[in-house]
Amino acid sequence: MAIMRRLIAIWDFYVDGFRSMTWGRQLWWLILLKVIILFAVLRAFFFRPTLAGKDEQQRIEYIGDQLTNNPNYKLN
Amino acid sequence: MAETALVDWSRLQFALTAGYHWLFVPLTLGLAIIMATMETIYVKTGDEFWKRTAKFWMKLFAINFAVGIATGIILEFEFGTNWSNYSWFVGDIFGAPLAIEGIFAFFMEATFFAVMFFGWEKVSKRFHLAATWLTGIGAAISAVWILIANAWMQHPVGMEFNPDTVRHEMVDFWALVLNPVAISKFFHSVFSGWMTGSVFVIGISCWYLLRRRETRFALASIRVAAVIGILGTFAVMLSGDSSGVHAAKYQPMKLAAAEGLKDGGERAPFSIVPGVEIPAMLSILATHDIDGYVPGINNILDGYTTPDGVYHLSAEEKIERGKKAIESFKAYRNLKESDPVAAAVARQTLNENIDYFGYGYINSKDELVPPVPLIYWAFRVMVGLGGFLLLLMMVVLWSEYRQRLTDMRWLQWAALLSVPLVYLAGQAGWIVAEVGRQPWVIDGLLPVNAAVSSVSVAAVQTTFWLFVAIFTLFLVIEMRIMIKAIKQGPNIETE
Repeated sequence: MAIMRRLIAIWDFYVDGFRSMTWGRQLWWLILLKVIILFAVLRAFFFRPTLAGKDEQQRIEYIGDQLTNNPNYKLN
Repeated sequence: MAETALVDWSRLQFALTAGYHWLFVPLTLGLAIIMATMETIYVKTGDEFWKRTAKFWMKLFAINFAVGIATGIILEFEFGTNWSNYSWFVGDIFGAPLAIEGIFAFFMEATFFAVMFFGWEKVSKRFHLAATWLTGIGAAISAVWILIANAWMQHPVGMEFNPDTVRHEMVDFWALVLNPVAISKFFHSVFSGWMTGSVFVIGISCWYLLRRRETRFALASIRVAAVIGILGTFAVMLSGDSSGVHAAKYQPMKLAAAEGLKDGGERAPFSIVPGVEIPAMLSILATHDIDGYVPGINNILDGYTTPDGVYHLSAEEKIERGKKAIESFKAYRNLKESDPVAAAVARQTLNENIDYFGYGYINSKDELVPPVPLIYWAFRVMVGLGGFLLLLMMVVLWSEYRQRLTDMRWLQWAALLSVPLVYLAGQAGWIVAEVGRQPWVIDGLLPVNAAVSSVSVAAVQTTFWLFVAIFTLFLVIEMRIMIKAIKQGPNIETE
């Protein structure tokens, strides 16, 4: 119960803090906007990891090929 | 080679993102120590004036933090998409420090940041003060891990390449953490943040003096910031000296490029500007010995022997060994299932040449020379502005001590106009550190043209311009909010 009371107190601390914000409110909106742009737009549409969708072995093979067989590299 | 345009655009995009991220980090680091010092004075003296002073700078700290937060995540997007060969190749060496940073810093900052802003009337003075200090310490600890990762790229230690997984695997965590390059880099970065915060606080405070507003607040802020800034600048000089010694030892090409030194030797001169040199000064700075040997660009490319008899391979010899390493790696991959004995021989050859692996992707020794004029002048901008700002802070502090600062409008203007200069110095330092190590992503092991992903140039160009637009937008928003908060002021004297 003591742990629960402490958790509730921490929760209330954050809730009160957010409720009583004045100028900080627009900063949180700014952070929210930025996170949306970062993850819902940039990460979702523009920054798909090159190795996504490959399992561990496929990744090893892919990078191994990139480093040894890529026609862009003139090894000799 | 990977398509030059792809490499250049990918690098430019990364530079833009890192440069943007680096606008916010130093101010966070610097303001944290300044506002914590102010709050300490409040707790010690009980004077409400210091509480209000600390709270005002905390407000600007929060604005900077809010706009700067998560800009580093974009770098991680770029690692995964544009630099996937690199991301995989470095393995846990990069991932582990970043994971620790993410978990540790997030919880530390989320906890103490909230106490700092929400807890003024809810927790004890001392607990609040501890939260303020721990917010600043948390920010500095975040810098530790990312700089350990960065230092590993500059001077790879504590790792071993595993050709079965095509990754580097950590074999000595403490070698990684106590990498000498990481230690000097950490102190250089954090103390340059102190400089940034101090010049910022002094500049803004001088704006109030110019407007004849908040005089007591402005002078008190200047006293705290100038002392921290001067101490920080001396620490920057000491850690910069250490960085120079490490560059001479581990990245001699970077040092030679920063000096525009074509042919080195003993008693190497330090170039102030082209044509103006201090004899033997570079040897002193780079080796702490007036007779110390400093190789020039041509020496490094042609191979050289240091006075202690150690021969350093020429570029061509390194390239040859690098190609041998890659061919052995290729042979190992092809033979490991069908002919284990031949595979073992290939692996042995790979291990013998692994230190030169990245040189196998270099086709001409000219590719090993970073852009000398850019690095040469960036170094001079960084050092020159550092010296100027130190002088400025000393004059400001002396004038305030003599109680003459309020009448010295030219000095107030100089301090205000110096705020952009401290950012310029920071960006110039980034250029020296990061452009100076070109063509390497990981020194000696992976050049940029092998680290880049096979993605289309158009995709990188698109996201580059997208970033230009987004970063500009957020920078404008931040400056508007910041300027509004500054114009509003702490209002200490009107209440």
